Amino acid sequence: MKIGVITFPGTLDDVDAARAARYADAEAVNLWHADEDLHGVDAVIVPGGFSYGDYLRCGAIARFAPVMSSVIDAAKGGMPVLGICNGFQILCEAGLLPGALVRNKKLHFVCQDQWLRVENNTTAWTTRYEAGAEVLVPLKSGEGGYVAEQSTLDELEGEGRVVFRYVGENPNGSRDDIAGICSANGRVVGLMPHPEHAIDALTGPSDDGLGVFLSVVDSLVSA
Amino acid sequence: MARVVVDVMPKPEILDPQGQAVAGALPRLGFTGVTSVRQGKHFELEVDDSVDDETLAKIAEGFLANPVIEEWTVRRLS
Repeated sequence: MKIGVITFPGTLDDVDAARAARYADAEAVNLWHADEDLHGVDAVIVPGGFSYGDYLRCGAIARFAPVMSSVIDAAKGGMPVLGICNGFQILCEAGLLPGALVRNKKLHFVCQDQWLRVENNTTAWTTRYEAGAEVLVPLKSGEGGYVAEQSTLDELEGEGRVVFRYVGENPNGSRDDIAGICSANGRVVGLMPHPEHAIDALTGPSDDGLGVFLSVVDSLVSA
Repeated sequence: MARVVVDVMPKPEILDPQGQAVAGALPRLGFTGVTSVRQGKHFELEVDDSVDDETLAKIAEGFLANPVIEEWTVRRLS
C-alpha cells in the first residue's frame, strides 16, 4: 500500500503527511514536483504549505507542475487524492474540485485547533468516521474561505459532497461553513484544516485526524 | 514588441476583505465620501508580435485570473 506525498518548493507539511501515512501502516512515497512519474503509488496526498510561494494565487502555479498532470490523470481514473490546506487550493485550481479559496473574511491568518463535523463518511478518506462525528484538528491558513457559485454550492449540498463543516464560529467566512468537499465519485477530497497534524495526542490536539489515513488504506484494501 | 495590460478583479459577488479593510481605514484617516473599495491585480506584459489575442486570453483566463472568483480584461497599449 503506497501513498505518495508531493513536495513542491514551499511545501511545509509533507513530512507530517508522510508520517500520517506511515501511522496508518501505508508506505509513504515522496513525490517531487518536477517529476511526472507517480512511482506506482495507490493514493496521493497534496500537502499544505506555500507552494511556489503562492506568489500569484494560492495553488495557481503548483497546479501546472509536471507531477500534477499525472495526479490529475490518476484522479480522473479513480485514484484517491487528498488535498490539505494549500493542497486543497491546488486541487481547486486544477479543477479536480469545484470552487476556490479566498482571503479569510477578517483578513487575519487563523491558527487554532478547530472542531469539524464529518458530514460525509462514504468518501475514500472518511469511512473510519461515524457520520456526524465531531473531530478536533489544527487549522492554520490565511486564505481558507471557501467560495463557489450558488449553483455549485447547491450541487455540493444536494449530492452530499460537503465532507467536513466547521463547528462553532466560522473561522474564515467559508460559504455554508464548508471546511472540506469531495469529487462526485468521493475519491478526491480537499479540506483546509490539517488532519495530518492530529494523529497522535503527543504532538497534536487529538488523534482524530488519523481516521482520514486509515480510511484510505481501508478503501485501497477493499478495492 | 507590445505592452499588454491584464487587469484582474474579484467578481462583484465575491467578498473582498482587502478592499473592505481599505474602505474601513479611509474614514479613520480623515477621507470621507468613499463608499466602496475593491482591490485587484494589474499585470504588465511585454510580448513580441507572435503573441496573438487568443494566446493572451488563454494566459489571462488560464493562469493570471481564476475565473471562479475573478474577472479579467486584456488591453494592448501599443
